[in-house]
Amino acid sequence: MKNTAAVEFVNISKVFESRYAIKHLNLTLPKEKITTIVGPSGCGKSTALKMINKLIVPDEGNIFIDGQDIGLMDSVNLRRNIGYVIQQIGLFPLMTIEENISIVPRLKGAKKEDIKDRVTELLNLIGLDPEQYRYRYPSEISGGQQQRIGVARALCADPTIILMDEPFSALDPISRVQLQDELISLQKKLKKTIIFVTHDMDEALKISDQMVLLKDGELVQSSHPIDLLRQPKNEFVREFIGDRYFQDSFIQHMYSMHDYEGAKR
Amino acid sequence: MNWIEILTKTLEHIYLSFIPLLFACLIAIPLGIFLANHESLSNKFIGLVSAIQTIPSLALLGFMVPFFGIGTLPAMIALTLYSIFPVLQNTYTGIRDVDESLIEIGYGMGMTRKQILWMVQIPMGRNVIMAGVRMAAVHTLGIATIATYIGAGGLGDLIVRGIGMIDPVIIASGAVPTALLAIIVNRLLISLEYKLTPKRLRIIQKNNKKSGGFK
Repeated sequence: MKNTAAVEFVNISKVFESRYAIKHLNLTLPKEKITTIVGPSGCGKSTALKMINKLIVPDEGNIFIDGQDIGLMDSVNLRRNIGYVIQQIGLFPLMTIEENISIVPRLKGAKKEDIKDRVTELLNLIGLDPEQYRYRYPSEISGGQQQRIGVARALCADPTIILMDEPFSALDPISRVQLQDELISLQKKLKKTIIFVTHDMDEALKISDQMVLLKDGELVQSSHPIDLLRQPKNEFVREFIGDRYFQDSFIQHMYSMHDYEGAKR
Repeated sequence: MNWIEILTKTLEHIYLSFIPLLFACLIAIPLGIFLANHESLSNKFIGLVSAIQTIPSLALLGFMVPFFGIGTLPAMIALTLYSIFPVLQNTYTGIRDVDESLIEIGYGMGMTRKQILWMVQIPMGRNVIMAGVRMAAVHTLGIATIATYIGAGGLGDLIVRGIGMIDPVIIASGAVPTALLAIIVNRLLISLEYKLTPKRLRIIQKNNKKSGGFK
């Protein structure tokens, strides 16, 4: 059988100030899907995400990417091959849009010509006119555009995995919904493995192929969002997601949004 | 008024101030960067260096005499010690104040420590560092006039002579060039900073200032 796991957590624990941030976590995240990680504040969702690119190193356990133990990999190299998008957007204010997008290829020492072409391609992909935007600075564009640039930057070196840490939570509701739609279509087109931390339930239920719910650093449930709504593992799941989402009408709406049968195949 | 002498003293003064400033930068900028990345050491160290700043400048120059004698060299050592603090303080602040999320995303994208420093921290802290250098330059030019008391030369010679002769013209012939030097050096450093900023970014920053916003 083909290995369909992109990232595996095996018995991962992390202690911060004598408290478990992550406790014996075993988790499999599928390839070429959008997986969201949700949970109450302090449940360890960001910690789990940052372990994948080794910004945080677990005290115990192993993480495998494509079957390879990342504990044995060089962290700089690993990170250059994983896209990363954060809530604060994190565009460098003194670099142009082009320089921002092309950071990772430049770190890897790519050729100038290739970089220029790649930036053109990516700006087209996210729907911004390359000639108009290339030489602008981040402070000249709107928050929504900035975060599109953030996504383009994560895609630039063509990584297979992209980590997104509450990337849309600081945006206004309209841009947020737009960017969610764009992310879904981008993922369908590019087939990336996207691991997405959020505290917005509408967002998680909409974009996920798999939802991972954590509580106090422990796994509560990991399943397709529709399964999560149809078969919540316990009362906490219901309480945390919110009762209104468990109504039949919403579940019907979920079926219309997701290719549920396709996801099972 | 002896123009040739004023000119000679001015050149001496430039030399007397510029070399300490250069050394202060060479010491304080790398040190400031190091301290900004090693928080635990920074408080003690910056406290210690700021203590030098509290010694009256005349006394600091005086302290040099028993150790290094009189003349230009001891004056330059004292002026260097004096210039270190503003440059150190601003380098530390400039580097420390870089948005934490930019550092995180930098590491997250696979920058090495060195690349974080050269691609993120230094460019973003540069304005604040340069402000420290300007401050140090202006201070050093002023304090260098006192260095005449330990025989260092410079425009202070004219000022002290004028005081001795109770002749305001001679005092002014030392004081006015000192003030002009400070103004010119400050302007030069500002325009250097300006030249280092890409044109488009200058316009943006200017507009941001006008609208009162700072993004």
